[in-house]
Amino acid sequence: MMESPTTPVRTPTAEMRPKIAVINLWKSFQGKEVLRGINLDIHPGESLVIVGGSGAGKSVFLKHLIGLIQPDRGHVIVDGEDLACADTGVCLAIRRKFGMSFQEGALFDSMNVFDNIAFPLRRHTRMSPGDVAARVRECLALVHLDGVEHKWVNELSGGMRRRVGFARAIALAPEILLFDEPNTGLDPITAAAIDRVIVEMRDNLPVTMVTITHDMKSAQRIADRIAMLRAGQILAVAPPDEFVRLSDRYIQSFLAGEPYPDNHEEVA
Amino acid sequence: MSAPASRRRPIAALEWLGERSTHAFEEIGRFFTMLYLTLYWAVRPPFDLRQWVRQMVRVGVDSIPVVGLTAMFTGMVMALQTYRGFERFHAESFVASVVSLSLTRELAPVLAALMIAGRIGSSLAAELGTMRVTEQIDALQAMAVEPVQYLVVPRVAATTLMLPPLVALADGIGIAGGFGVAVGLMDANPVVYWEKTFQFLDLNDVFSGLIKAAVFGLILSVTGCSKGFHTTGGAEGVGRSTTAAVVMASLVILLSDFFLTKILF
Ligand SMILES: Nc1ncnc2c1ncn2[C@@H]1O[C@H](COP(=O)(O)OP(=O)(O)OP(=O)(O)O)[C@@H](O)[C@H]1O
Ligand SMILES: [Mg+2]
Repeated sequence: MMESPTTPVRTPTAEMRPKIAVINLWKSFQGKEVLRGINLDIHPGESLVIVGGSGAGKSVFLKHLIGLIQPDRGHVIVDGEDLACADTGVCLAIRRKFGMSFQEGALFDSMNVFDNIAFPLRRHTRMSPGDVAARVRECLALVHLDGVEHKWVNELSGGMRRRVGFARAIALAPEILLFDEPNTGLDPITAAAIDRVIVEMRDNLPVTMVTITHDMKSAQRIADRIAMLRAGQILAVAPPDEFVRLSDRYIQSFLAGEPYPDNHEEVA
Repeated sequence: MSAPASRRRPIAALEWLGERSTHAFEEIGRFFTMLYLTLYWAVRPPFDLRQWVRQMVRVGVDSIPVVGLTAMFTGMVMALQTYRGFERFHAESFVASVVSLSLTRELAPVLAALMIAGRIGSSLAAELGTMRVTEQIDALQAMAVEPVQYLVVPRVAATTLMLPPLVALADGIGIAGGFGVAVGLMDANPVVYWEKTFQFLDLNDVFSGLIKAAVFGLILSVTGCSKGFHTTGGAEGVGRSTTAAVVMASLVILLSDFFLTKILF
């Protein structure tokens, strides 16, 4: 493969090239620093879970990975291509590798559930209507939603919306999946079903996944590595079994669900 | 900048002025960026004909009643007013010419565009603004769909293409309204009135009105879309964008009307 001259420093070395390389990422909104120098390599085929306090910048970070937000400083490099340097055509091609589910669903409210999930299939493939319908039903079944195809988005509960968003994200079976709190606010059984979908994809498909969650149990189940985001920086990255043994006080409070003395710093 | 201390009033005023003009330049920049992006994506596949048709129905067909009513009453009141005025120097026979000329060249395009700015410009801003604050536009981008191409191009194209036919219709209805008032209320001779209507009316008058209409359609739809696209701040932000879209589009329509008239005649 040819390396374009704009490709920055990170070229494949002896070890595997990261699927997504995040280099010194900074972002502030109206003078408030949200991300403060994040460095993180996401390996091909791994399932990375990001945890962190509410407002720590997890969603903002996830949106940087797919170029929905441009960083003030730093780079996001997907398969060796810098999202910031890529021109529009390349950018669309890079984005086609992604599927993303949003924290609030972000479903198209001018369409029903079926059309929402069928949207990426119709847009990017030449599947026949029959195949599209079959795939839509398959994805809905995975998230335990049957018989809602013809409901409108405003007729769904919050949890149903999130699951439809999840189904829409996986419909095209993309190379990289980003999930923003896919199982928050779901009952334990449905949440476990979502976890199982993620685990099955992790084990059977060559897909790279980044999932945000607040639920440490679910993080343990689905993660190859867990990263803790705090005050705009990566506090720690470790495989689940190591992660729970980390001695950092904030992480221990987080795991135990205890109040942390100066937690207000993040809320400010 | 609220109530500055009187000592610092000049500085505060300058600050205020600076802020306002920065804001204005930002708006102008956004407008032309959106215009450029729309043209850029309009000529690139995929072409979504279904969307185009849907938007054309929404803009064109659904606007017929409001544009028709506006035109009819404008034509009627024009006839009434000019008749009263021209009576004073016995020039009643020119009422028909004045009504048809002012309608086709000026009133039908501008009034129709203002009505559509209220109807369509606002709904574009509200629709795209809602999609922005509920992250639907982000979702489109995440699915490798260019939102300007998918959302803005069909809406701008439909508005630009549908305004000329709407204005042509308004021309006809307005002239008929004038005819009705003149003949029905003012006892004008129908045959003479009809003749006078077209005596001085040039095809160019009609065309210049239709060109104006297309430009107004472009302006109001790009304004609405750009306002919607740059919405921030939840439901309240959508409300702000909607109002701003109508106000801005109306002002720019009136402003550009002057220059277009200067250029086109
Ligand atoms: N578009 C924006 N404009 C201004 N500030 C923003 C914007 N998006 C996020 N922020 C700010 O960035 C911070 C991090 O937000 P983010 O949504 O990433 O939090 P989070 O970690 O996902 O929290 P949660 O777990 O509650 O979803 C917040 O303080 C938020 O106010
Ligand atoms: Mg979040």
